[in-house]
Amino acid sequence: MAAPIAIHLEFGGGAELLFDGVKEHHVTLPSQSEPWDVKQLLVWIRENLLKERPELFVQGDSVRPGILVLINDADWELMGELEYQLQDQDNIVFISTLHGG
Amino acid sequence: MFAFLTTCVFMYDIVADCSDNVPTRYLVNDACVLSGKPLVSASALRMEGQLTVYNYNGGPCYRCLYPVPPPPETVTNCSDGGVLGVVVGVMGCLQALEVLKIASGQKSSFGQQLLMFDAQDSRFRCIKLRAKQAGCVVCGETPTVTELQDYESFCGSAATDKCRRLNLLSAEQRVSVQEYKSIVDCGTPHLLLDVRPKVEVDICHLPVSIKIPLASLEDQNADHINFLKEKISELKLQMSSELQVPVYVVCKLGNDSQKAVQLLEKMSGTELERITVKDIIGGLMAWANKIDPSFPKY
Repeated sequence: MAAPIAIHLEFGGGAELLFDGVKEHHVTLPSQSEPWDVKQLLVWIRENLLKERPELFVQGDSVRPGILVLINDADWELMGELEYQLQDQDNIVFISTLHGG
Repeated sequence: MFAFLTTCVFMYDIVADCSDNVPTRYLVNDACVLSGKPLVSASALRMEGQLTVYNYNGGPCYRCLYPVPPPPETVTNCSDGGVLGVVVGVMGCLQALEVLKIASGQKSSFGQQLLMFDAQDSRFRCIKLRAKQAGCVVCGETPTVTELQDYESFCGSAATDKCRRLNLLSAEQRVSVQEYKSIVDCGTPHLLLDVRPKVEVDICHLPVSIKIPLASLEDQNADHINFLKEKISELKLQMSSELQVPVYVVCKLGNDSQKAVQLLEKMSGTELERITVKDIIGGLMAWANKIDPSFPKY
């Protein structure tokens, strides 16, 4: 069994509006047999945190195009994307790309 | 336009993207990649800004990060989201600084880096982006985009930041602001329903209006529906005979009001007494432009 892990989630660039406007969330992911990865985290967020319109956040089993995911201040592409295994105290940021100006 | 843009980009050494919509950002990115120019790209919305230098020093381009454009309905334009001049100014200054650094042969700090500015928390954060993607369709090893394409169809949205104009209703379901003005002037009994969010109602509203945000109608908010029911019954008592209570729906620009009319028509005769419901074309901004110049525009 993998122990529960505490992680820090942040939403920005407008993505926070799907979470009642709350930008920062400290959450504890429950213990489970396999280590948590980002793919499972997205399912957990959808079921536990997301307040409205899931289609504006997830598409298939990933985030929708236009949302950048950062794992500990690095683009998730550098970290293994959906397969990245979460560690206790990780900082995961979901940021909606801005187009305006 | 493409020939113009290509020529234009070829004439310069550095390009700054200060545009305000998705198709233009893909277009400018591709023009820069195809002509080998660094792209200093800044954007801002609400209390946030982002800055990156694309196609610079072997780093990624815009398409490396965003191979698929966002669904159009997820893109908030500046008019709906709100833009603060100071935030845009901060981002513009940082953008100009990077242009000067590159022009003077110094290295930009934002190749393969994204600077995020949160004006609310007064926080700058710089994060490392992915490398140039071998599979990128424009800057990758075997590019398939070798000339500029139709970016509006690629993105499924127009290359503009203007609000979209919906057309959900028939002409009989809509009135112009002039027609509504004459309804008010004649003293015809009716309800005026303002469906904007509270934050916008607080900026300005017409005094006689009752306020129920579109979101409450969509969610079938019981308190709000009951409130509407009461208002309809009150007016019904004042009206003669078998006439249905006329409800005019207004919002800022006349898009949400159409959605509200569709919802109310479904409720008419079931959750609500039978009503005649129409929306006001162009909303309160049309009212400000054509009827009452002293009404605030925002």
